[in-house]
Amino acid sequence: MAAQVEPVSASAADLGTGSFWWALVKSPSGAIGLVIVAVLVIAAIGAPWIAPFDPLRMAAGPRLQPPTLTHWFGTDDFGRDLFSRIVHGARLTLMIGTIAVGISLTAGLLLGLIAGYAAGWTERVLMRLVDVLFSFTEIVIALACLAILGVGLTNAMIAIGIASIPFYARITHSVVLVERSKPYFEAAVAGGAGHLRLIFRHLLPNVVPTLIVVGTLGISTAVLAAAGLSFLGLGAQPPQPEWGFMLSSSRDLISRAPWMMFFPGIAIAVTVLGFNLLGDGIREVLDPRQRQR
Amino acid sequence: MAEPILTVDNLCVTFGHGRNRNEAVKNLSYTLGKGETLAIVGESGSGKSVSSLALLGLLPRRSAEVEEGRAHYDGRDLLALSEEHLRKLRGDRLAMIFQEPMTSLNPVLTIGRQLTEGLIEHRGMSQEKADSRAVEMIDRVGLGQPRQRLKQYPHELSGGMRQRVMIAMAMATEPDILIADEPTTALDVTVQAQILDLMRELQGEFGTSIILITHDMGVVAEMADRVVVMNKGRKVEEGRVEAIFARPAEAYTQRLLAAVPRLGGYATQPTPRTVVPEPVPVDHATSVVDARGLTKRFGGAGLLARFGIGDRGVTAMDDVGFTLAAGETLAIVGESGSGKSTTGRAVLRLIEVDKGEINIDGRDVRKLGPAGLRQARREMQMIFQDPFASLNPRISVGDIVAEPMVIHGLAKGRELKDRVEALFHRVGLTSDQIRRYPHEFSGGQRQRVCIARALAVNPKLIVADEPTSALDVSVQAQVLELLLELQQSLGLAYLFISHDMAVVEEMAHRVAVMQQGRIVEMGPRAAVLNDPRHIYTKTLLAAVPIPDPTRQRGALPKLDTTTMPRGPLAEAAPGHLVAA
Repeated sequence: MAAQVEPVSASAADLGTGSFWWALVKSPSGAIGLVIVAVLVIAAIGAPWIAPFDPLRMAAGPRLQPPTLTHWFGTDDFGRDLFSRIVHGARLTLMIGTIAVGISLTAGLLLGLIAGYAAGWTERVLMRLVDVLFSFTEIVIALACLAILGVGLTNAMIAIGIASIPFYARITHSVVLVERSKPYFEAAVAGGAGHLRLIFRHLLPNVVPTLIVVGTLGISTAVLAAAGLSFLGLGAQPPQPEWGFMLSSSRDLISRAPWMMFFPGIAIAVTVLGFNLLGDGIREVLDPRQRQR
Repeated sequence: MAEPILTVDNLCVTFGHGRNRNEAVKNLSYTLGKGETLAIVGESGSGKSVSSLALLGLLPRRSAEVEEGRAHYDGRDLLALSEEHLRKLRGDRLAMIFQEPMTSLNPVLTIGRQLTEGLIEHRGMSQEKADSRAVEMIDRVGLGQPRQRLKQYPHELSGGMRQRVMIAMAMATEPDILIADEPTTALDVTVQAQILDLMRELQGEFGTSIILITHDMGVVAEMADRVVVMNKGRKVEEGRVEAIFARPAEAYTQRLLAAVPRLGGYATQPTPRTVVPEPVPVDHATSVVDARGLTKRFGGAGLLARFGIGDRGVTAMDDVGFTLAAGETLAIVGESGSGKSTTGRAVLRLIEVDKGEINIDGRDVRKLGPAGLRQARREMQMIFQDPFASLNPRISVGDIVAEPMVIHGLAKGRELKDRVEALFHRVGLTSDQIRRYPHEFSGGQRQRVCIARALAVNPKLIVADEPTSALDVSVQAQVLELLLELQQSLGLAYLFISHDMAVVEEMAHRVAVMQQGRIVEMGPRAAVLNDPRHIYTKTLLAAVPIPDPTRQRGALPKLDTTTMPRGPLAEAAPGHLVAA
């Protein structure tokens, strides 16, 4: 009976959308993350208007020019404007992040839900499969997928998505196990609820908040992985303005044109930081224990 | 009054800032005499725990603040002491026992390590001296084989044993003041009686002053010299325990005491009191539940266990059988691990039993397929113990109550809305609460929502698993009243699972006592509670603390669970069955 304050079983639904955003803005990491991600989204949507040059146009300026007033981030070895390429690259980056996470989240969610709900043999078989996948590093699975699917940015997204399915499946599974042991679930069973109702009306909404947090953090991992694959030449192909690929193509020119490496690198780092901060912020807002302290 | 050892003066504690500012304790003053037991009682949210945690500087630092007040102890003001000075007093001169023995010991350190830590730290004892003191204390709190105990880890001990270790830890330095925050709330009633006896003995020996924080008036009557009654952060009343119980001055104290169920209060009546003017006539001859030979074993399902090797599992139910008639309440009482909740769940087929048959309305639910089972679930519903976890936090309470009707296709559209509204009114909630979410409700209101959900399909049977044990006494009284009223106006049968003998006496027509998976005694309530035949029932009843300081609880009968009769039930008197 030490509860001096009514325990707040809080969540996004409890807060209402308005106060959810407000709480997010008030938490320092959430606010910074939100700003970074917002800038990225604006850059991605408005790329054709923001970028001063066509990202693919060669000889938009002199080759290998250091940053100037016309070419803010300088130009590359084909004379393309780096700033325009990076702004357009935001589109690719966001697409990679959301599609890869979308694939792994959806598949992992379904796997985890089914395994956690079904229990018994279904659960054992599914989760052991997940364990097998888990025993390889994500990048190895992604490489294997690319070997089968062929090289390319779209395939890289799919590969990264597939590679992180086990991670999401495991988290969903553990949350489902916790939720299905709570009396409200038993009450629904006692009320005569069928499988679909139990899974989608009772379990799913209670799993989603956790996965929103994990998914936001996962976007940054996906972005990094995609940059890595593109760096290896397995993802984006020339002349796509993908940041990881821009990094790798600047490798030979590092001493002559360091800005070619610097700006895409910064863009990747800031993006990853932004999604990490945003994920932390959302977790702080959604987790009642963190909020009460 | 004895010479004061602690004087708390005008204590104010707040949580949060600005709009969220919440005064948890307001202008609280009291004195604690030397060798005295002061009980601080109140319902949840009364500030009783917060006020004591503040003395030890144990409040959550970022959210709570002691705004005002002084606490004089030994020429010092505890509230003004630096963390460093306070640390030296804590666990030495001021000790604390917490509610949850399962989590208040560190699971990765041995008992010995945890017991000697304070002695070495505060008293500068050598390891050997501290060890011998620890052995002495373990022996003193009644745990056998003290040397071996020191090497054990907390998970090797039961809840009662852990609480004994906690007491040994707290008392090892012979503190001046012991703060006990609900020290027996998580324990079974027989264990509670032993722990309370132990605390009293040690207090007499060491002359410790005890601040006892509790919500249980029975414990207060048994332990306290003086009582401080708190409500919503304020002190309502203070006085000697006899005076508070005999002549409560304030209306709040009077209400609180009136709401406390007293064992023996309904001893003379054969059936629960009638709370509706015209109870619906029910045919008590129709049996709603007829369960026979239920057996359930948890764990031990491995291949080796099948051949009798290795883990044999735990027997949760062993040849459990009973009948329940329409409009009747059968209470299943027992301590934790007795299998009473398992029995309730087995009846609803929320868990599958290994053996036996469960006839509900003449159909064996164990033989039903998925469709038949779903159909059968219209007849039987459940109310759970924890009202905070038994409602899905993401569904509005209106939808929660509507769900069973939607599942069974009983109503839709306008009619569904009307029926939900009618159910809300039926359980004492209002129409404007229908759209809200569970977290906006108090514990008692949530339990009303659970009851409304259970009623939605017009069941004949409701299994109520400790429906009021998470609630404050005043709320408990209201919920029990509602359950009685619903039974009598709708002719419901209740399978009422509880550990609280006083509540059982108020609610039940018949009582079944369970111990380690077996029913050891069963019969009409008056027969079982007034004339217990089985030694285990006698022990259970003797251990219940009486909320009356003028009456002394008798000594507990010596109970040897290994040799007591657990065999098949035999009739001792008409309808009164006792294990032979």
